[in-house]
Amino acid sequence: MTSRRMQVSALAVGVLLLIAAPWVLAPFSITLMNYIGLYALVALGLVLLTGVGGMVSFGQTAFMGIAAYSTAWMTTVMHGSPWLGLVLALVLTALVAAILGAVTLRLKGHFLSLGTIAWGLAIYFSFGNLPGLGQNTGLPDVPPITIAGISLEASGRIYFLIWFLLLVAIWLSHNLLGSRMGRAMQALRGGTSMVESLGINAFGVKLVTFVIAAMMAAFAGWIYAHMIRYVNPTPFDVTMGIEFLMMAMVGGSGYLSGAIVGAALITLLQNSLQDWLPVVFPKSAGQLEVVVFSALFILFLQYAREGIVPFVAGLLPKQAPPRPARAEPLARRSQPTPGLPLLSVEAATRRFGGLVAVDEVSFELKSGEILGLIGPNGAGKSTMFNLVTGALRPSAGTIRFAGQDITPAAQRKIAQAGIARTFQHVKLRPRMTLLDNVMLGTHTRTKASFLAGMLRLDRAEEARARQVAMDDLARVGLDADPYELAGNLPLGNQRVLEIARALAADPVLLVLDEPAAGLRRQEKLRLAELLANLRKEGLTILIVEHDMEFVMNLVDRIVVMEFGRKLCEGTPAEIRADTRVQEAYLGGVA
Amino acid sequence: MALLEIDNLTVSYGKAEAVRGVSLNVETGRIVTVIGPNGAGKTSLLTAAMGLLRAGGTLRFDGEDISQLETEKRIEMGLCLVPEKRELFADMSVYDNLLLGGFIGRHDRARVRSDMDAVFDRFPRLAERRTQKAGTLSGGERQMLALGRALMGRPRLLMLDEPSLGLAPLIIREIFHIISSLRETGVSILLVEQNARAALETADFGYVMETGEIGHSGPAEGLIHDPRLIATYLGAGH
Amino acid sequence: MTAQIAAFLTVDGVTTGSIYVLIALGFVLIFAVTRVIFVPFGDIAAFTALTLSALQTKHLPGTVGLVAALAALATLLEVIRLARARRPGQIPRALLFYLVLPLIPAAAVWATAGMTLPLPVTIILALALILPIAPLLDRVVFRPIADGTVLLLLTVSVALHFALVGLGLLFFGPEGVRTEPMSDYMVMVAGVPVSGQTLMIMAAAVIFSGLLFLFFEFTITGKSLHATAVNRTGARLMGIRPERAGTIAYLLGSLLAGISGILISPVNTIFYDSGFLIGLKAFVGAIIGGLVSFPVTAIGALFVGILESFAAFQNSAFKEVIVFGVLIPVLMWRSYTFAHSEEDIDE
Repeated sequence: MTSRRMQVSALAVGVLLLIAAPWVLAPFSITLMNYIGLYALVALGLVLLTGVGGMVSFGQTAFMGIAAYSTAWMTTVMHGSPWLGLVLALVLTALVAAILGAVTLRLKGHFLSLGTIAWGLAIYFSFGNLPGLGQNTGLPDVPPITIAGISLEASGRIYFLIWFLLLVAIWLSHNLLGSRMGRAMQALRGGTSMVESLGINAFGVKLVTFVIAAMMAAFAGWIYAHMIRYVNPTPFDVTMGIEFLMMAMVGGSGYLSGAIVGAALITLLQNSLQDWLPVVFPKSAGQLEVVVFSALFILFLQYAREGIVPFVAGLLPKQAPPRPARAEPLARRSQPTPGLPLLSVEAATRRFGGLVAVDEVSFELKSGEILGLIGPNGAGKSTMFNLVTGALRPSAGTIRFAGQDITPAAQRKIAQAGIARTFQHVKLRPRMTLLDNVMLGTHTRTKASFLAGMLRLDRAEEARARQVAMDDLARVGLDADPYELAGNLPLGNQRVLEIARALAADPVLLVLDEPAAGLRRQEKLRLAELLANLRKEGLTILIVEHDMEFVMNLVDRIVVMEFGRKLCEGTPAEIRADTRVQEAYLGGVA
Repeated sequence: MALLEIDNLTVSYGKAEAVRGVSLNVETGRIVTVIGPNGAGKTSLLTAAMGLLRAGGTLRFDGEDISQLETEKRIEMGLCLVPEKRELFADMSVYDNLLLGGFIGRHDRARVRSDMDAVFDRFPRLAERRTQKAGTLSGGERQMLALGRALMGRPRLLMLDEPSLGLAPLIIREIFHIISSLRETGVSILLVEQNARAALETADFGYVMETGEIGHSGPAEGLIHDPRLIATYLGAGH
Repeated sequence: MTAQIAAFLTVDGVTTGSIYVLIALGFVLIFAVTRVIFVPFGDIAAFTALTLSALQTKHLPGTVGLVAALAALATLLEVIRLARARRPGQIPRALLFYLVLPLIPAAAVWATAGMTLPLPVTIILALALILPIAPLLDRVVFRPIADGTVLLLLTVSVALHFALVGLGLLFFGPEGVRTEPMSDYMVMVAGVPVSGQTLMIMAAAVIFSGLLFLFFEFTITGKSLHATAVNRTGARLMGIRPERAGTIAYLLGSLLAGISGILISPVNTIFYDSGFLIGLKAFVGAIIGGLVSFPVTAIGALFVGILESFAAFQNSAFKEVIVFGVLIPVLMWRSYTFAHSEEDIDE
């Protein structure tokens, strides 16, 4: 509790200092502060986009430029008010960002970043060449912003607008990261297959994140135009794009405060370089500035990729927040009647080029049972698994779930229909807490939008989702420290945590991919007990596993695969007695 | 004398330990096998022995401590790994794959040529397909190419990771015959396998590995009838 | 547009396209072997042209200092690494490769600065001086993070480009240069005048593409580079050192960039920062080739040259916008067909 109070008072002191700054600091320092605030606003968008969402963009300056040119055109050519300029800037930037996002966000990894360089350059060259925008000389005489008749021409006045906007943006982003959609954004780095397996529309989340980041750049661009009172193409070059990226990364991309720290550090560094470089190198200071800068950035990326904020945060004493107050958990769905067919796979076939990984495999899964899918390495189990969860589409055959044909359905839709899965190579978000990881599982059961999350309108639903997550952590025995980071768990517990995340989706069918791999004996026994308990609760489980002891003692029935085909099917005792299975496992040479 | 001595080897991925204090020896000219189910840490063991993974513990090769040596130096000393995924150069011809197998001896053209002839003698099917792209070969042929490519480097210790993986029974039989026949070249072999019976029938000595540790070990023909082995594989209860 | 104009534009486009071919091949070569998208590659081309011009005007080019400084830095890093790994026996070899070899051309240029030398000699000197830059940058900048994601390498690469542009301004000043034409030969083809320089550019593109093909097809070094590109682990297991393969790729790439820089400087005025746009346009070609296929890359680069030429005729103000705009659909197409997706970008 005291730590919370300390945080609040530190925040209050910070805000008071910010308010007092124009009366205390020299005008030049205020000008610097204005730049820091503006840059921090753009960097904040990059923190969300790159640090949180994992999408590296070199193109943020283009959005800043679109906004700056929009408002400059509105006020100088059309003689409209700066506020009309703001509306135009926001609408136009959002529109361009949505279109560019729709096109480039489907690109993967470095292709996406290259795409941002491409349209960043295209937009930059457009500024200098579009008729009516003053070509390379730009648009002069942009009027200052006025609020209620007060002109914000003086740097000591626009200062308040900049820092007010920045603090509001940070507050909104902070709320967002603690909400349903914020968690989805943080999950993006775990890869599309994990995100979609949770029922999250990965592309949609990327696109909205992208537009939010562009909007922050747009606000910065709007203020920039009215602060400098002159707009030309030069400041919106790709060079500036890398500087923004640098700010976000140096501060610690992934941390909201990293945006301010990074912007401040880079701006001040730039400023002091401008001071002392001419002293040391009187002739070539201007040229050397960018060299020193780039070299520092490279050194930073080589040795301290994490950034400053996480480094400092690591030095401060940590105090876990109190356990969440109890709340009513989210409503659960009704489980189907036990014994009825739930999943039926009919002659499923999957080819990869000439290779047939799964060849006309059929089996059925009844509600309330645990079915084991076993077979030697390379038998096609994983492919079968991917067909059921929608990660792959069958080349032929059908898969029905609860009476519905899910063969052509997207992975996300299958997740929403009630199939939850785990991964053979654990896919958790190591930097998120256990609680947040499990809450990701509740995505399909909750509704809060981006806006609701930003404005904290989602608190009631959040509390209920949190309760679900706490309950599921307790169910799997990981509730001792819900605020521990998932990456700090040993592998065995990470697997269990994945199961808790799957359970949080309130699934009808739980599909587990080698859950016992790499577990110690005791851990396996505990896992088997957990799964047996889940069966008692009426959950249906499909388990792909190598560990025969584990499978034999747990499941109701077994399907054995070999060379892509179904070898046989039966109870554990029948399977153990089957000579074909012994042959398949101990080797067929003798 | 032991050609390879592994002493108390430990491999961890973050906090997860894949190999915990494994010690084993490969005597000169012998075939030694490490068997065990998926996830037992067998691949990590070989990868660490090759120097591709950071590991704790000591490795000695021919009496010399190689724990700190880089992978390339180990290869020059005569270690060779045929990995689980084979790692062939898929869009290059069989001939080019073999040529690159002899990369460390590339300056001696006569040696490369005679080694290549020897490989083609041992694997007539590769000779038939010398101009074919490695990626278009069948599973068994790929494994043969992987073995042939490894032999081109004149290894003293050949480490084979799951050579039977994904192969049909008949082909597995053929591959293990070939492995047996490599004995005559004097190469020592460390064979990691899930296919316990085939491996033990080929090897002189066996280690059983489970969850990162060596459970038991002994001469291969003794292990093959060991009830504890069947327990490890079919889980008939401990 | 008349047929005459179209023919003229095509010749013009093929000329620029040929330059892009040389640079694009280098991009693909370096990316395939090292996974680095070497953004400063265009700068290497521009620096060669500027160095040549400095030699012709009897100035000492700043690239001499750059090579010397990089060589010293790389040697220092390498000696520290070897000392830490307790392998002092390898230090003499490191000194030879990282210090002595790069300093030979630097010393040669320094010693001959101010002399009047025949054109071929200055060209060879300029090329020799430029060659060590990229391999040394590789040692200093990229090798410490060789295991990073393509994205990290790309970010570093972009930063490196800005550093080089800054240095370019420092070394060569803001004025553009145009070097002496290598021939004044002129021929009419289908009513379009084609200069000797144009023919040389086209010939260079053909010859060096051919040499590159022969290198990969018939030499064990070329094959080891190819092997590193298609399967890094497999290559390492054969005893092929990825670092060495990387150095060779950088050397060859620099040679291609250097030659294109020398060929373009009598045709276009080259500024300290011209490399970026030339490089990026070549890069569009490389992307068309998916950063893997040399023949498709060459076709892609030619296409970019022709597109640029026609775009400039239609609307000169927007030619850059059009060229970079084209990159987006190409990237989309490539992103779907490219096998090496980086599914997980985990920390």
